[in-house]
Amino acid sequence: MDTRRQHTPWYAWTAVAAIVVFCLFPFFWLINVSLKRGPDLSSSSIIPPHPTLGNYRAIFDNPDFTHALGNSIIVSLVTTALALSIGSFCAYALARLRFRGKALLLGGLLSIATFPGIAIAAPLFRLWTTPPLGLPKLYDTLPGLIVPYLTFALPLTIYILTSFFKEIPVELEEAAMTDGATRFMAFRKVVLPLAVPGMATAAILTFIFAWNEFLLATTLTASDKARTVPAAIAFFTGSTEFEQPLGSISAASVVISVPLIVLVLLFQRRIVAGLTAGGVKG
Amino acid sequence: MESATVTTVRPMSRRRSRGLSERRLATLMVSPSVALIVLVAAYPIGYAIWMSMHEYSVRVAGLSRWAGPVGLGNYKAALSDSAFWDAVKTTFVFTGASVGLELVLGMVMALTMHMAFRGQGVLRTVILVPWAVLTVVTAIMWQTMFDPQLGFVNNLLGAVGLTNDTVWLGTEPQALIVMIVADVWKTAPFMALLILAGLQVIPDDVYEAARVDGATAWQRFTRITLPLLRPAILVALIFRTLDALRLFDLPFVLTKGAHGTETLSLLSYQTFAQNRIYGLGSALAVLTFIIVMSVSFLYIRIVGGNLRGLEDAR
Repeated sequence: MDTRRQHTPWYAWTAVAAIVVFCLFPFFWLINVSLKRGPDLSSSSIIPPHPTLGNYRAIFDNPDFTHALGNSIIVSLVTTALALSIGSFCAYALARLRFRGKALLLGGLLSIATFPGIAIAAPLFRLWTTPPLGLPKLYDTLPGLIVPYLTFALPLTIYILTSFFKEIPVELEEAAMTDGATRFMAFRKVVLPLAVPGMATAAILTFIFAWNEFLLATTLTASDKARTVPAAIAFFTGSTEFEQPLGSISAASVVISVPLIVLVLLFQRRIVAGLTAGGVKG
Repeated sequence: MESATVTTVRPMSRRRSRGLSERRLATLMVSPSVALIVLVAAYPIGYAIWMSMHEYSVRVAGLSRWAGPVGLGNYKAALSDSAFWDAVKTTFVFTGASVGLELVLGMVMALTMHMAFRGQGVLRTVILVPWAVLTVVTAIMWQTMFDPQLGFVNNLLGAVGLTNDTVWLGTEPQALIVMIVADVWKTAPFMALLILAGLQVIPDDVYEAARVDGATAWQRFTRITLPLLRPAILVALIFRTLDALRLFDLPFVLTKGAHGTETLSLLSYQTFAQNRIYGLGSALAVLTFIIVMSVSFLYIRIVGGNLRGLEDAR
């Protein structure tokens, strides 16, 4: 450890530089394309010859994009809030309580994480477009996206929160309960406040997941009424067959990536902790 | 949500000193999650299986052999269709190539990060950028880079004397190569993070001891690092493999499945959502499900006790 701290060998620095270029160059290129004027879009220069914000102005004037942006924000925030509030109970039970079927529940949660999305997209498409028994039509609505997002967001949230809850000393709850608190009150008054960092981690990861989701967003929506940005951008590409509006697609791509990149930069440590808690520890 | 549970708990807690019994509290706490998951995961999958055996569309000439409840007809149709087998091939070639490359690259990145002590914080931040970029955006990035006019890849290839007129996304197998490159860029860093987490728990004195015994760097890597990293690597491999097997967004944006890039998920989507052939589309979705589940089952059988994390959670 100490020997490493003292000098990083030259070949490591070379490798570090290579990794930085590898990770950042494509995003730099995307910004480059987004700053090009229409006529310059056929040139492969790595610096825009006549940089312009025209593409950015164009997408914010485009209701397809602004609607989708609003949808993305609502869907991601609501999914995150619901997953956290429903999932934290389940995570607490898994971390602390003894009950029958615990192993089964854990196995079920894990197997949902491995589901191919298409296996629920196909039936949900049918159920949402032609709902049975007079149920509301969820196709192309925001709840129609949020509800299935929870199926994938919940296992993620529960896994992360369970591992965080386990790290909180049991003695604190026991102390509260000897003072007359019920188990539930101990959970609410002692565990939840202490678990705020874990909740933040789970919230960020769930938000990123929902912001990113593409298969269900594409399958279960049909218009700017409920389409989120990833789906909207994809159909943006498909809509013009002969001349792709690559400048504005790139600008839109930059706009929706920047909030996530900022989030990741700010919460880097938490995200890594959450990913490795959910990933390596299972 | 919360307030509803509170009101059911409080009257009980007055009667008994410690509130609900552990079991009943657990049931209360777990049931909303379970209900949601059953409703939006288990039920739809059952419905997909039902649909795959009961629906059939006359709109497709080749399928008009079956009518009414079709039993396994849709599966027969899928399994005798070359489109299905092409998709299986594409999916597995993509998965093998990209997960393999990601493992090697992720390992190199993780070892670099572990070695470079000073720049670690910066590096960890930088490495999260590809992971944070949306898959759709990743697709658009690489699409523009490989574009014959707008992109620079052909210029670069021309500069080193290679062929410079490839229409990458319009040729087979080049389109699949672009897809693999884009996927590797996005997820090799994620692999690196998981492997790095594994590296950091290996105690330094193990290496010290080996060094004293005269082990070369390569021997230390193959005899110490790799065996101790086994669980971390296997978990990363499982996650990435299952992800790759259900790939949908990259081919959707890059090629719409043309030129040998049609994955199983995309084929199923096009069948049920675009062509409205529900039965066959569901059968394809169920087949994808079966394939993914079999692969994960195989992995878990082979990996077995190495999933220590799972045991911990229990």
